[in-house]
Amino acid sequence: MITLLWIIGGLLALLAISWVLRKLAQVVTGNKPRFRDMPLAVALGYVLGVVVLAFGVWLWFQPNAVFFRWFVQGLAISVVAAFIFRWLGRTVGTKTTKKAFRQMPLTASFGFLVILIYAICAIFAGVLAPYGQAEVFQNVNVLPGGNPATGGDPAHLLGTDQIGRDLLTRLIYGAQNTVGIAFATVCLAFLVGGSLGFLAAVFGGWLDNILSRIVDVLMAIPSLIFALLLMTIASAWAGSQQWLLTVYMVLIIALIDSTRVFRLARAVGQSIVVMDYVEAAKLRGEGLGYLIFREILPNATAPLLAELGLRFCFVFLTISALSFLGIGIQPPLADWGTMVRDLAQFINFAAFSPLAAALPLMAAGAIALLTVAVNFVVDWMLHKSSGLKE
Amino acid sequence: MGLLTLFVVSIIIFTAVNMLPGDFAQAILGQSATPEAVAAIRRDLGLDQPPITRYFTWLAGVLQGDLGTSFAQANFASFVGEDSGTRTTVADQIAPRIKNTLFLAGVTAVIAVPFAIGLGILAALYRNSAFDKVSNVFTLTSISSPEFFVAYILILFLAVLNPWLPSLSNIYDGMAFSDRLEKTMLPALALTLVVTAHMMRMTRAAIINLLASPYIEMARLKGMKPMRVIVHHALPNALAPIINVVALNLAYLVTGVVVVEVVFVYPGVGQLFVDSVKIRDIPVVQACCLIFAAVYILLNLLADILSILSNPRLRHPK
Amino acid sequence: MSDTLLRISNLKIEGRSDETWMPIIKGIDLELKKGEVLGLIGESGAGKSTVGLAAMGYTRDGVRITDGEVLFDGVDLVKASLPDKRALLGKRIAYVAQSAAASFNPAHKLINQHVEGPVRHGVMSRAESEEDAIRLYERLRLPNPQEIGFRYPHQVSGGQLQRAMTAMAMSCRPDLIIFDEPTTALDVTTQIEVLAAIRDIVDQFGTAAIYITHDLAVVAQMADRIKVLLRGEEVEEASTEEMLSHPKEEYTKSLWSVRSFKRPAKPAIQTDTTPVIRLKDVNASYGQTPVLHDVSFDIHEGRTVAVVGESGSGKSTAARCITGLLPPTNGTVELDGSALPADFRKRSKDQLRQIQMIYQMADTALNPRKSVGEIIARPVEFYMGLKGREKRKRVDQLMDQIELPASEFYDRLPSELSGGQKQRVGIARALAAEPKFIICDEVTSALDQLVAEGILKLLAQLQDELKLSYMFITHDLATVRAIADDVVVMKDGRVIEQGPKADMFTPPHHPYTDLLLSSVPEMDPDWLSNLLEERGRDNVGDMATDKMA
Repeated sequence: MITLLWIIGGLLALLAISWVLRKLAQVVTGNKPRFRDMPLAVALGYVLGVVVLAFGVWLWFQPNAVFFRWFVQGLAISVVAAFIFRWLGRTVGTKTTKKAFRQMPLTASFGFLVILIYAICAIFAGVLAPYGQAEVFQNVNVLPGGNPATGGDPAHLLGTDQIGRDLLTRLIYGAQNTVGIAFATVCLAFLVGGSLGFLAAVFGGWLDNILSRIVDVLMAIPSLIFALLLMTIASAWAGSQQWLLTVYMVLIIALIDSTRVFRLARAVGQSIVVMDYVEAAKLRGEGLGYLIFREILPNATAPLLAELGLRFCFVFLTISALSFLGIGIQPPLADWGTMVRDLAQFINFAAFSPLAAALPLMAAGAIALLTVAVNFVVDWMLHKSSGLKE
Repeated sequence: MGLLTLFVVSIIIFTAVNMLPGDFAQAILGQSATPEAVAAIRRDLGLDQPPITRYFTWLAGVLQGDLGTSFAQANFASFVGEDSGTRTTVADQIAPRIKNTLFLAGVTAVIAVPFAIGLGILAALYRNSAFDKVSNVFTLTSISSPEFFVAYILILFLAVLNPWLPSLSNIYDGMAFSDRLEKTMLPALALTLVVTAHMMRMTRAAIINLLASPYIEMARLKGMKPMRVIVHHALPNALAPIINVVALNLAYLVTGVVVVEVVFVYPGVGQLFVDSVKIRDIPVVQACCLIFAAVYILLNLLADILSILSNPRLRHPK
Repeated sequence: MSDTLLRISNLKIEGRSDETWMPIIKGIDLELKKGEVLGLIGESGAGKSTVGLAAMGYTRDGVRITDGEVLFDGVDLVKASLPDKRALLGKRIAYVAQSAAASFNPAHKLINQHVEGPVRHGVMSRAESEEDAIRLYERLRLPNPQEIGFRYPHQVSGGQLQRAMTAMAMSCRPDLIIFDEPTTALDVTTQIEVLAAIRDIVDQFGTAAIYITHDLAVVAQMADRIKVLLRGEEVEEASTEEMLSHPKEEYTKSLWSVRSFKRPAKPAIQTDTTPVIRLKDVNASYGQTPVLHDVSFDIHEGRTVAVVGESGSGKSTAARCITGLLPPTNGTVELDGSALPADFRKRSKDQLRQIQMIYQMADTALNPRKSVGEIIARPVEFYMGLKGREKRKRVDQLMDQIELPASEFYDRLPSELSGGQKQRVGIARALAAEPKFIICDEVTSALDQLVAEGILKLLAQLQDELKLSYMFITHDLATVRAIADDVVVMKDGRVIEQGPKADMFTPPHHPYTDLLLSSVPEMDPDWLSNLLEERGRDNVGDMATDKMA
């Protein structure tokens, strides 16, 4: 209660300060339109921004704000990396890529950079990782840092888990397994949902009606809940064969996701089918194949590509959530969701060993970073294509 | 329409569960059970009836609030040789947890809805400003993060590094409201962060769309003050999209609740659901699934109805 | 105190595109006396609306005033503070937007939006203003003036909304009203009512106005003086009479001459020849709603039949029946004397080839992912079976015919072409099939006048060379006059009247044809006054009620 009063009082004080500052600015600049027409809310916004910045600087110099410093450093490194990457993109490459990079905001180039790094990790996991993903070592629960004095081991930079598996290795293999499986799932979902959606759009009539009804009903069940239900059944079918469960998971999530893809593909398809150039092609007597592959698909690639990105994020998060709940990707495959669950209790040691506490966050952060990156890129693509329409 | 969908969904859930291979009873009792015991369980649980009969028995039960008997409990009961009459039903198991989950969702909604709508409107009004750009990056990040990432970060900062809030939500009946609120705070905050981002982006988009409409320009050209333009001209038309956004996000909350409850060991339906999935306790899974689906469908339906009600074109037909 | 109300000097405005600021208005001067009406005309992209809004000291998002001043009664609106500007807007300067349907707030009743200005600016009390609103509605000849204000915008028709918006602009008795294309979205017969109402009320209250439009004939009725804009610059300015009779600049002259393009009339049809296309008692419906009733007409070789009517008259539906997209429920379509299958899917490749179509919106008629060459080559390959070098040769030849040299345009994408060039590609695609008959669906209505004239000339020339028959769907009678040999007038899915052009444009007419013909604005400044006198004042009001019913 008292905290609430403090907050309200503080805001009022800030409001007063911003009013005074605005007045001051008006007098000093001789009533320039910029300050004359400035609403008080905007002035307050500037003052608040300054307060937040000042707080950040203060926090930086606090001795125990380790995580905050890491966060700021990480942010700075990301910005610099994205900047360098964009600069590289602008100077190296063909004319079209150069042009694309020139219009790109920093967020999007950061997204591309991250996706590139993940792709390399996923493809070359076997080369990059120091050990095999299922390899078990004698040293159990080695702390990260590689320094023997703090319970680390130079052979295991990020330490080992409860049964002695190297965590750095598993983090790298996680890229291959988690990202790879999510990608396969999305492709499957697009193959099924996309083609059915286009067929429904082109044919219309009863086919469209039936498919749309089915999809409506399937979409009425929240996807994670539906996935959990089906996974229960799948786990009974799979029995003791763990790899089969992973296959079932791919199929189940692809099925659930294909409903969303169907919706979009149908909507995009329908908006193209009513175009006059499709009508002209129909009247010319063109066959169905020509209509779909030459007239409709080339014009649907932009929205579909954006959707592919968003769907990938969604599938990736669903799979991670399932794994986190213990019903997704099964051991011995290394996977980030499972890692978070296994390492979660380390968070409680944050005060003693920030590095150890960072471990589960690193796995979770690896998931977040990729989805953020993809979202940044998709956001930019959507922005670009909507800008072109205007 | 909503009821029909719910009916079809219940069929799907039921058939899905009945696609399980082998014999439930066998699975419950294990390989070593005698055929007589298996048959007894089967009769007891009604598993010897044809599927359609079983579906309608189940549905009739559901409508009367009887969600069946938990296998886990049945298993336990037959093990200790107790009389089958004392077994806990699924309804008994779920009821208190529904209360807890609704409490969590309620606290989240109370924090998230005003917060998100306020920020969304601000971002729309000052679009392309520094505030808008920062909040865009921030919301994109929090949408993209898995719920458990957000949850663990909150635990790290608010529970471990600064012991302000408890990280485990061991809620029980008869707890004082303030204690309960305190224990629910962290999961509610985690959910808030995730939902706010969605809600804020959708609100922003809706308001921007609205502000671009010619009648807003007209109001400005009539010399109306910015406040009046927003309150009198924009708000009545913004109601429909905002209500829609809120309902859709509450529906989204239903899914988010599962993971967050597991992270904080919050005794809600989500937690029960995941536990039951792991031990394949079919009746509980069925019931939880139905409840989640029902809430989800109802909220979506509500969104549709409210947006029709708040649309002047539909309220005042020609 | 002078009688100058508004003086804009050296106004420069920029607009943002792709993060850079591009000039839209490059230094415009404008002066308006009290009670004077200035017409601002120009083609799309000339910056007329931007100037109109800038006269109110207002710019849209992504547009900014960089230089110059807008002096309204001694106040510079460019430099004035926001509260100062707000005190003028709505009270002394009012705005009438192009789309009334979108510019009225859907959540409030008309009268509440009407009284908002007077009440908020402290001009009148609410009750006074409501009474005044009803009086204004009466003056603007709105049906049911007592009640119409208590409706929501979506319950009122477009033409009435436009008048209600004029009433709203009048609510504070402003000194200046900006009319931004107020009749562009309306049908010709509705346009007349709105024009008459606007002119009346502006006259009565002695309000100064800036009237923005692209239609010369309209502006001739409304304005005392006319200013012509081209790409953000002034071309010339003069009084209306002088501008119409003696335009000085080449550009203005060319605008004027567009309307004088007429092709020579063809000899009458020989009755014994088989028509290329014959519609016999065609009925059609969308779902359960019938849209065509017993439509019959013929199109002969080498002739152009213009099908005229307002929106919803069924002219495009007739075209869909001919192409087979919408199979008629009854009646037949004949090609060269033999009946065509109703559904286009059942027609032979050769039958499909004979009937080609050119669309209104060239943007949606060309696949944005294909180059111009590919678009034209496809029918050549598909129907003629030409491949490789021969195909390329034929495409080059077609591109010469539409005056877009292949060397320059073959590899371009539609997005890299102007509106007129896109329409030419559409024509080439139709020609590539070597058809007998082409349906032209409002092919010029999305284009600026000069460009439209070029397209019409091209079509006429191709017809002479290739003996083509055209069905020309249009709502614009000027186009009909320019290109048609025969005319079919449609209304509510029925053919009202048909015959050779010469007969159609000379009385006696069917009453509807008469209404349609007389509603087309002419370049004579006295045309509207004469017409209203002829029809009688009350008649106009009645027509409005008729349309409602």
